[in-house]
Amino acid sequence: MKYIDEYRNEADAQKFIAAIQRVATRPWTIMEICGGQTHTLIKFGIDRMLPERVTLVHGPGCPVCVTPLELIDKAIAIARRPEVIFTSFGDMLRVPGSRDDLLSIKARGGDVRMVYSPLDAVKLAQKNPARQVVFFAVGFETTAPGNAMAVWQAKQLGVQNFSILTSHVLVPPAMEALLGSPNNRVQGFLAAGHVCTVMGYWEYEPIAAKYRVPIVVTGFEPLDLLQGIYMTLQQLEAGRVQVENQYTRAVRREGNLPAQKLIAQVFEVTDRKWRGIGEIPRSGYRLRDEFAAFDAEKRFDVGAVTAQESPLCIAGEILQGLKRPRDCAAFAKQCAPEHPLGAPMVSSEGACAAYYQYSVSSIQYSVESDTEH
Amino acid sequence: MTDLTSATCPIPISDYPHVTLAHGGGGRLTQMLIEKMFVPSFANAALETLHDGAILDAPNARLAFSTDSFVVHPIFFPGGDIGSLAVHGTVNDLAMCGARPLALSSALILEEGLPMQDLWRVVQSMQNAARTVGVPIVTGDTKVVDRGKGDGVFINTTGVGVIPANVHVAPTRAQVGDVILINGAIAEHGIAIMSVREGLEFETALQSDSAPLHDIVARVLDAAGERVHVLRDPTRGGLASTLNEIAASARVGVRLNEAAIPLADAVRGACEILGLDPLYVANEGKFLAIVAREIAEQVLAAMRAHPLGARAAIIGEIVAEHPGKVYLRSRIGGMRVVDMLSGEQLPRIC
Repeated sequence: MKYIDEYRNEADAQKFIAAIQRVATRPWTIMEICGGQTHTLIKFGIDRMLPERVTLVHGPGCPVCVTPLELIDKAIAIARRPEVIFTSFGDMLRVPGSRDDLLSIKARGGDVRMVYSPLDAVKLAQKNPARQVVFFAVGFETTAPGNAMAVWQAKQLGVQNFSILTSHVLVPPAMEALLGSPNNRVQGFLAAGHVCTVMGYWEYEPIAAKYRVPIVVTGFEPLDLLQGIYMTLQQLEAGRVQVENQYTRAVRREGNLPAQKLIAQVFEVTDRKWRGIGEIPRSGYRLRDEFAAFDAEKRFDVGAVTAQESPLCIAGEILQGLKRPRDCAAFAKQCAPEHPLGAPMVSSEGACAAYYQYSVSSIQYSVESDTEH
Repeated sequence: MTDLTSATCPIPISDYPHVTLAHGGGGRLTQMLIEKMFVPSFANAALETLHDGAILDAPNARLAFSTDSFVVHPIFFPGGDIGSLAVHGTVNDLAMCGARPLALSSALILEEGLPMQDLWRVVQSMQNAARTVGVPIVTGDTKVVDRGKGDGVFINTTGVGVIPANVHVAPTRAQVGDVILINGAIAEHGIAIMSVREGLEFETALQSDSAPLHDIVARVLDAAGERVHVLRDPTRGGLASTLNEIAASARVGVRLNEAAIPLADAVRGACEILGLDPLYVANEGKFLAIVAREIAEQVLAAMRAHPLGARAAIIGEIVAEHPGKVYLRSRIGGMRVVDMLSGEQLPRIC
């Protein structure tokens, strides 16, 4: 299949592995920002093919994982209302709030529906004029244009029974928060290709310069990631600090200008709380005042929900690349996909879910075989 | 009399005070219901094999006995409908016991308000499928529930079949050295259904693979007889869940080769876009045959000679390492675990 097979070619992958072996002469720690990249790395076994001196740590780029617990509780409070059709991307439905998740609300009679596009939620509102249709608009810059378009269309079409519960977050402020932390150990970044498809990569140039850290805009296929890792290592070994673009087939420096224009029409930058990380200044979007009528938090008066995280969950440290899922005492014990303590265990972009699904059995197996010898 | 109120529910109520859709998804939560609630409650030898059907000894014969309920939405979908699916599903469960199907029952649960024309289409489709298979629908039942209490039509079919004397298939018979074959491309049913579901509609020419497998299975059994060790149809939960079940019940390891698993481009494209792993997507016209290595090429040829096996392939093997686990060699040569999912896969955000 075009655009897939050529990026999953075994012979080319082996060439990159060999090149990485040659170029990496010292230990290096690289963070892939996006949870989709984490999953590719583990799903294709790339983590086990790399030399030990190259350490990959997994970044905060899992929209489901960083959505604040309070907001999930608010979503649940809204979804329980009989007049509401609560719509969401599939990923969000299993994420634990402080007591429930959205799927369990559905099990108890709430009208919770999965949609693939926020525009489908607008259509659903048009088809159900007597109901309130709410879309759970989370995500990074990647989903912002679609969510902005849904609100913009609803306003143009006069669809008054549509609103969004939003918690948009932005990558560059999160990278700065990580790099500014005294615990930081990340020496190079793989930036998320799809975020850069929308926003371009000019925003990363000042970050690279200020923190002396190479950044390579990287795609999502196995060969994209191998090439991104190779390019980052080349910079690190040579002492270069640049923003480079591995994902040239999709990303331009300035990004997608019409999409950026639409985002700016509908959203404005605001401070945001990130689940597990805390408040980061100017790190998200909220609806502009002209679109405040489409803000579900205002429409349903759920302002005062507060929530408590599980004390066992180390999601925050995992999302900041300080620890890996296997470092967590609750991993695959108290915390598993059927009874998650934190969001990274349920999302298809969560690091804990990737380790659990693609490698937990191997841990058990190696423990078993160790005891035999 | 047993005091039922004093018996403790084996499913941890703190985790699952209510049944969720994931309990019917064919993954780990379905397994939990079966292992913790159903098997201990109904405990008996025929049930405990956890096969697609029970194998019962009768005078001068071994019978296969299987039941399945169909709750697919929408009831008409590209490549089939709930009627033909209900016939194929139970015929296939019998075929996976190595049985020749003898007869089927049909129990309909209809929702008040279902258009009579839709019911007629479903019933005609059941009859067409049954005639094609050559299995009569010999008994049945009809119930109607209040509007809003059903989803148009639910169908249960139950079937009996006869197992030839030289056939001994069971999930526990998978042996180290055996070879795993499949009769064609995976994930077509699940993706075809998803393409017409509200909220996820996308345009595709893709059709469900719903088909009766008794005939191609008979060819495989003709070619290899007792050297066919396991037959399973990877329906709900897909190839990954089925192979995990086999690995667990036979206490063997499964090694898959991703590049060898047949997959249509349209399915692959849809899975890439939706963020789904085709290994977990449902099939309704595919089966796995786990056979002795020396007969594998003949079984492959027998499959390919049948219209339902044109894209048949050898996709993996049974190994002594990592008993109970499924490993996959990825397209780029890395290894990873293929685990069971806890529920249904959900499309991702981005």
